[in-house]
Amino acid sequence: MPGITREEVAHLGRLSRLELKDEELDHFASQLDEIIGAVARVSEVAGEDVPPTSHPLPLTNVMRPDEVRPSLTPAEALSGAPAQEQQRFKVPQILGED
Amino acid sequence: MTHDLVSYEDALKAYDPVMGLEVHVELGTKTKMFCGCSTALGAEPNSQVCPVCLGLPGALPVVNAIGVESAIKIGLALNCEIAEWCRFARKNYFYPDMPKNFQTSQYDEPIAFNGYLDVSLEDGEVFRVQIERAHMEEDTGKSTHVGGATGRIHGATYSLLDYNRAGIPLIEIVTKPIEGAGVRAPEVAKAYVAELRELIKALGVSEARMEMGQMRCDVNLSLRPHGEKKLGTRSETKNVNSLRSVERAARYEIQRHAAVLSSGGTIVQETRHFHEEDGSTTPGRIKEEAEDYRYFPEPDLVPIAPAREWVEELRAGLPELPSVRRKRLQEDWGIADHEMQSVLNAGAIDLIVATIEAGADAASARKWWMGELARRSNEDGVELAELPITPAQVARVSALVSSGDLNDKLARQVIEGVLAGEGDPDTVVEKRGLKVVSDEGALGAAVDEAIAANGAIADKIRGGNLAAAGALIGAVMKITRGQADAKRVRELVLEKLGVQG
Repeated sequence: MPGITREEVAHLGRLSRLELKDEELDHFASQLDEIIGAVARVSEVAGEDVPPTSHPLPLTNVMRPDEVRPSLTPAEALSGAPAQEQQRFKVPQILGED
Repeated sequence: MTHDLVSYEDALKAYDPVMGLEVHVELGTKTKMFCGCSTALGAEPNSQVCPVCLGLPGALPVVNAIGVESAIKIGLALNCEIAEWCRFARKNYFYPDMPKNFQTSQYDEPIAFNGYLDVSLEDGEVFRVQIERAHMEEDTGKSTHVGGATGRIHGATYSLLDYNRAGIPLIEIVTKPIEGAGVRAPEVAKAYVAELRELIKALGVSEARMEMGQMRCDVNLSLRPHGEKKLGTRSETKNVNSLRSVERAARYEIQRHAAVLSSGGTIVQETRHFHEEDGSTTPGRIKEEAEDYRYFPEPDLVPIAPAREWVEELRAGLPELPSVRRKRLQEDWGIADHEMQSVLNAGAIDLIVATIEAGADAASARKWWMGELARRSNEDGVELAELPITPAQVARVSALVSSGDLNDKLARQVIEGVLAGEGDPDTVVEKRGLKVVSDEGALGAAVDEAIAANGAIADKIRGGNLAAAGALIGAVMKITRGQADAKRVRELVLEKLGVQG
């Protein structure tokens, strides 16, 4: 049952900012199909009476008081940045030429 | 950029506008929504960041209790139901302003939902705006685009990111589709945002200063032919950041949509940018479908389940809400609906209240703020509250008038002096020598001089034409350079001419 189409893979690729070649679209379409199939089998086991789990622990309302705590220094914050300028993270062009 | 528009009137003849307004309010908490980094303004770039708000591996968020409390207060003030149990959700998107690659938000379980806000329009008509939801989320970082001719993202070669703002608590308030506003849709949009801003300020959860980005509005708008039930395709004009712009953006989009539709075209569902300079909008990105964000429950934050006792405690502690306060003040001041509406539109309510608290009577406090000072704020293009005069100073001017030391004309000069930075009212009076001539002898001489110089007018008054007295009073004012009490001058004029007032 081919659930995932080439177009959907291309769309996901665009959202993930991944450039996919034509042959990769087919390749990933079948791989994603298998993954979704596996998840679907789990869904079959979990019947209507089993709610999806988002939090395994029965905790609610974990909050902290509105009190300032020390931040990193700018140097520490930027220490992992591939590029920086004016004490800011430097990132490549966001919009293309179009 | 030029666009085809149809006239506003023609657009409304053919189509019925439907709006949806999304307002983001930046809370005034000391710390961010999910970490203890300070939210203070004006800090050095990237000096208020930590592993949590930078999205470093392994960092765990913990929600700010005041953030949740503020959200509940806003929900209650908007007549919403408060969720018994709700979760945060990840809104996934790839954009450098959010270092985590997702925004922590709420999706199908907002903390507040199903409310309304009554807003009053310029003529006092009340329009009820239904509220869909209010939910908690976080702000993004600040980008600086480098290399483009205008500092804009288009044409930029790279961008610089400061994440001090990333993670500051936001409450997003979303209306249900606003239908039935018709030709008044832009006005309703503006009045809604204005009322919401007053409400947020009254709650004390944010200063809600639009010019500082503490409150931002997205205007969704679509048109449908009259009689059609189905909603048309909408556009979403982002970050409209003043009350006037909200109104202009809605109006522009109505005209633009109508032009596209009436020429047989279709509206593209997209985000649009608003331009302050000419009130136009231009296309942004094609709107991603909700599924594209792949929302899922945030596993790192446990659900919020506000105890009903807490909610009721917060409800009981709500301050007097702006609409209730306005009704009370209007009664206290004894003014008509439209007069109160003008005071509201001018942003003068708090100023007048403070002036009364400083000792002025309601009528004169309102007179100065809505008269001379409103005129100056219009002329100078600044908000009334930004004029360099305090309510206490206005109250002092008012006291000097009621004690007879100043007349209205002199009082205006005193106000002018205060605005010009010459000091407080008493100093200006002193420096400029602005005292009513209360020396009866000097005043009497001035009246005699005026009568002598205007024999014909004096005769008319002697003959019973009291209306002519104005001309003589004017002449006395001229002689005393405005520094006479007009009422006393009138009495003297009539007395000297032997006429009963």
